[in-house]
Amino acid sequence: MSAPILSIHDLKVEFGTRQGVVKAVDGVSLNVYRGEVLGLVGESGSGKSVTGLSILGLIDPPGRIASGSIKLEGTELIGLPEDELRRLRGERMAMIFQDPMTTLNPVLRIDTQMIETIRAHENVSERAARSRAEEALKRVGIPSPAERLLTYPHQLSGGMRQRVAIAIALLMSPALLVADEPTTALDVTIQSQIIAEVQQLCSETGTALIWITHDLAVVAGLADRIAVMYAGRIVEEGDVDPVLDHPRHPYTYGLLGSAPSNNRRGEKLAQIPGMTPSLANLPSGCAFAPRCAFAQGDCSTAPPTLTHDGSRAWRCFHPVPDREDVR
Amino acid sequence: MTALIEIESVSKRFVKRVDLAGKIANMLGAHNREQIVRAVDDVTLTIRQGEVLGLVGESGCGKSTLGRMVAGIMQTSAGRILYEGRAREDGVASTQVADALAVQMIFQDPMASLNPRMRIEDIIGEAPVVHGLVDAAGKRDYVAGMMRKVGLDPSVMGRFPHQFSGGQRARIGIARALAVKPKVLVCDEAVAALDVSIQAQVLNLFMDLRAEMNLTYLFVSHDLSVIRHIADRVAVMYLGRIVETADTDALFEAPAHPYTRALLDEVPRIDMRKKRFAVLKGEVPSPLNPPSGCHFHPRCPRMEEICKTGRPPLLAVGPGHEAACLFPQTGGALPEPMSQ
Repeated sequence: MSAPILSIHDLKVEFGTRQGVVKAVDGVSLNVYRGEVLGLVGESGSGKSVTGLSILGLIDPPGRIASGSIKLEGTELIGLPEDELRRLRGERMAMIFQDPMTTLNPVLRIDTQMIETIRAHENVSERAARSRAEEALKRVGIPSPAERLLTYPHQLSGGMRQRVAIAIALLMSPALLVADEPTTALDVTIQSQIIAEVQQLCSETGTALIWITHDLAVVAGLADRIAVMYAGRIVEEGDVDPVLDHPRHPYTYGLLGSAPSNNRRGEKLAQIPGMTPSLANLPSGCAFAPRCAFAQGDCSTAPPTLTHDGSRAWRCFHPVPDREDVR
Repeated sequence: MTALIEIESVSKRFVKRVDLAGKIANMLGAHNREQIVRAVDDVTLTIRQGEVLGLVGESGCGKSTLGRMVAGIMQTSAGRILYEGRAREDGVASTQVADALAVQMIFQDPMASLNPRMRIEDIIGEAPVVHGLVDAAGKRDYVAGMMRKVGLDPSVMGRFPHQFSGGQRARIGIARALAVKPKVLVCDEAVAALDVSIQAQVLNLFMDLRAEMNLTYLFVSHDLSVIRHIADRVAVMYLGRIVETADTDALFEAPAHPYTRALLDEVPRIDMRKKRFAVLKGEVPSPLNPPSGCHFHPRCPRMEEICKTGRPPLLAVGPGHEAACLFPQTGGALPEPMSQ
């Protein structure tokens, strides 16, 4: 395979809080290749969003990137001066968020925001920028784009706003798009329209996509590869089919087991006992051990290292036996 | 099974009147008119004793409004809701209170529905003391019992809501509802805000309580996989109207209404890999100005001219299966790739 578009190595992000240092991301390594869709899955507090924000250099104090490396198309992003990061953001990498109202400026018209973005990166006339903006809105499936350009964000529906945010993110054909739960707040029919559009746009332009979500079902239909995070670490990673069909990490196994669609109707759901540990006070060793049905004595002594098997890897001393079907 | 709650031709209208500025503008020749939203539009539905009725639909379809009217925290604009054959406003004072207590509601966001300045003991214990289910001296024991029932440790009853996790807060909300010994729980997106692993715990709790306390549920949710798991019967709403009702298996295996079919097609599923998304075009129209005739006709793949006029009635398409569609799909089942 060619060189990855994005290469994260041993990323650690910490937040200084009154309860002490919280390790939101604790040694994450990832590669994303051209045209690939990576699903980054985890529950709230697992560090999936912080990982996404670190890539774009959007971690604000009290958070800080403690160590590690993030390379975009070979350029090291950590420690890059702010003006260079600014140039890369929007041009080579972009991000869309769960709530498009936090991305869009409520007091500016759509055209102002889009033309501003284009002219910040390229020296083009306003007229040329406007026609490109119109083209971009058309590509994300917005009907009568010329009229929509003249509206304010509050005049659009939630699905339309998210489409505008996606159109802005893809204006400069970035190499990498990070999508943080962009369809979680939308209805299913709108969600599937948006996923379809992003899917098509990324495959046309070769943009690599990191889709951050808590919803395994969305990832199943969309992603090529999947990485499951728990308490700041990637606990399992690999191609979608093997990971979802035969998970090896007990957490992935438990998550799949607790999804209602994987259970017989009316029967009790296979639940994971307990709750996500506080990141300020993680157990030594494997963070999942206190909730794990497979845990043994050595799980609480040291954090497990990655075990590789072909294209997939998991971080567990006592993985779920191979080929045990969760369904 | 006998009907426990009968919803008879119930409507809910929200009216936005023309304000003073609008009236002045009208005098100067503007055309501001009252805006009316029919959030629930002539809905008739029965909830049977002991069943879990799932109510699904997209945002703005009126499912929460209907749930709130059933729980009695919102008045109907037209129609009646009968509990055990009695309309709430008909009964004498004593049955009115008893009937109101019998239907309790559980909300989506426990943090917004629990008073942040009250201790758990009072949140759960206040209502049963007020209604004389337990005296003040017995409150602590009563609350402890309720907390154990929903899987909380009674030793934390002196704490405040912010000291709990999301899943625990959901349990507190359930304990509060159960404290007045209800017969029916209206759950409005009760698990939507929870993480998958916590959601499974709470759904299991709902099923345990149903068996233990012989509860009837109206389970309002947008999440079809949750509804499929927990509900016995499902009603699908679109823009204020019921478009289809059926037993859960019948609905998921052979949906008759094109909207139900589209909804089921588009739900992402773990067993669907590299799916091609989006079969349904367009968005839910504004309820301020719904399409004529069948509300779904502008998005419907089976639309004919006649669909643009007249509201299609709910007609039987199978045993216990009704759909409000002039051209329902019958017989043809959805492909079922993953039955066990």
